[in-house]
Amino acid sequence: MSDSATVQALWQSIPSGEPGPEAAKVVIHGNRVLGTHLVPGLEVEAEEQADGIMAVVRVRDGVHLASPVHMCFGMLPERGAQRIALRVTMEPGSAASLMAHCTFPNAVDVTHTMDAEIVVSDGASYSYFERHVHGPDGGVLVLPKARVRVGCDARFKTEFELVKGRVGRIDIDYETTVGARSVLEMVARISGRGDDVIRIDEKGRLEGEYARGVLTSHIAVRDRARAEVHNTIVATAAYARGHVDCKEIVKDEATASAVPVVEVLHPKAHVTHEASIGSVDTKQLETLMSRGLSEDEAAELIIQGLLS
Amino acid sequence: MDGLGDLEIRDLALSAGGKPILRGVSARFQPGRVHALVGPNGAGKSTLASAIMGLAGYERWEGDIVLDGASLRGVPVDERARRGITLAWQEPARYEGLLVRDFILAGARVKLPGTVREALERVGLDPAQYARRAVDKTLSGGERKRIELASILAMEPRVVLLDEPDSGIDVEALNRIFEAIRTLKELGATVVLITHSLTVLRQAEHAFLLCDGRIVDQGSVDAIAAYFERSCIPCDVRDAREVAGAAT
Repeated sequence: MSDSATVQALWQSIPSGEPGPEAAKVVIHGNRVLGTHLVPGLEVEAEEQADGIMAVVRVRDGVHLASPVHMCFGMLPERGAQRIALRVTMEPGSAASLMAHCTFPNAVDVTHTMDAEIVVSDGASYSYFERHVHGPDGGVLVLPKARVRVGCDARFKTEFELVKGRVGRIDIDYETTVGARSVLEMVARISGRGDDVIRIDEKGRLEGEYARGVLTSHIAVRDRARAEVHNTIVATAAYARGHVDCKEIVKDEATASAVPVVEVLHPKAHVTHEASIGSVDTKQLETLMSRGLSEDEAAELIIQGLLS
Repeated sequence: MDGLGDLEIRDLALSAGGKPILRGVSARFQPGRVHALVGPNGAGKSTLASAIMGLAGYERWEGDIVLDGASLRGVPVDERARRGITLAWQEPARYEGLLVRDFILAGARVKLPGTVREALERVGLDPAQYARRAVDKTLSGGERKRIELASILAMEPRVVLLDEPDSGIDVEALNRIFEAIRTLKELGATVVLITHSLTVLRQAEHAFLLCDGRIVDQGSVDAIAAYFERSCIPCDVRDAREVAGAAT
C-alpha cells in the first residue's frame, strides 16, 4: 500500500475522518511519519526509531493555537508494535489542544506504547484528547504512560476515550504534579467487552496553593471483561482542592474494582471522592422501560450516557 | 398506539416483605378522563401504580389488571409501555451524561427533532436551553419532573400514571404540569393522578380514596375532597359511609 493510501486508510478508520486542510496534523504509521502540516508557533520534530517514533512538540511562548492539533498514531497490519515517545513543552502563556487519534482497526496482536513527558509552563493551557479506535476483536495491548508537570496559573486537561470496538488490554499510568493556582482534569471513558482487561492508575499531586484537580473515570464492562481503577489525589498545599470520581457499570460476568485514594498533607487542603460500582440502576432502567425500551436497549442508552 | 386505554383493576391483592400492601383493590379508569387516587401515606397508592406498570418487587399477586379487555398478568414493563401504559415517578431518575434530547426521543412515538422541541415547550422549558443538557444532578427536582413529563407527552401514551406530580414543584411549574395533564386528556389518554394534595385532586374528574390497601370510597372529586377538608380519612368502607353520612 502506498504512503498516501495508508494515510487515507488511517483517517478513514476514525469516525471524525480527516481534519480540514488548514488543520495542524501529524500522521504516524508504525515507526514512520507519513505526513505533517504545521502552523506558526507550533514545532514538531519526529524521529523514526526501530519500533516507533520519538516526537518532540513545542508551542512557543505566548502562542495560542486556535484549532486543535491532530495527531494520528496507528497501525493497519494485524500484528506489530508501535512505541511513541512524546515530549511536549507548552512554553509560558501558550495554549493548545491536541487530539490524538490512535487507530488499530485490524489488530490481532498489536502493542501500542505511549511514553509521554509533558511540561505545561506557567500560565500555559494544554488539553490532550486521546481517542482510540479498535477493531471488533480486541487484540491490542495499550500502554499509555504520562508524566506531567504543570506550573503555576496553568491548566492541564487530558481525556482518554475508548468506547468503540474492543479494548483488548489497557493499562493507563498517568501522574501529574500541579503548581499554585493551576487546574488539573483527567478523564477516562472506557467500554470493555469480551475478555478485555482495563487498568487505570492515575495520580494527581496538588503541590501549589489553590491548586485544583479532578480525576474522573467512567467505565462500563460487559461479558467477562475486567476493570480495575486506582485514582489518587495527594494535596500538599494550603487551599488545594481535589476530587476523585469513579463510576463503573458492570454487566453479565464482568467484574470491576475501584480504589480511590485521597491523601491530604496540609490542614488547609481538602479532597473528596466518590465511587460507585454496580449493575445499571434499577430505577433508571425501569423509567426507560416504561417508555417502551427493552431492558437491553435501556441499559445501552444508560451506558452510552455514562461514557459520553 | 392501538386500543383505548380502558384500564380495570380486578380484586388486586399483593404483598411485599411478608406484609400485605393491597387487599383486594377493584377500580376502573376510563379513557379520556382524569382520575385521582388519593389517600394517606402508606395507603398503597404508589404500589398500585407500580403494579399497573408491572414493576418487580412483590411476592404474592392475586386478582388481575386488564387493559382494553386483555389481562396484563405476566406482561413485562416494556411490553406494557408498548401497549400504551407509562408511569412518571414521584422522584424522577437521574442519568449521568444522557442528554434531555435523547431521553425524550428514547420513548417518543415520532422520533424527530421537532418532537423534543414541542414536548419541552409544552412543559414550559426552553428547548434551546435544555435539549442538550444531561438529565443529571445539575437539574433541579422540578426540572427533572417536567422533563419526565415531556418524555411522556412525546410518547403519546394511552394510560398515564403520575405519582405525586406536584412534589418539588413551584407554583408556575405546577400550572405547566396541570396544562400537560389537560393535554393528555384531550389526546384521549386515561390519566391517573396519585396524590395526597387537594390542589392536585382538584384537577381530576373522578377520584378513588385508598386507605390501608383498600379502596374505601370513590366518586366525584368534591365528595372525596370533603374527607380531606374535614381532615378525616376513613380506613374501611363502613367508616367511609359513616363519615360521608355525618357530612350530609
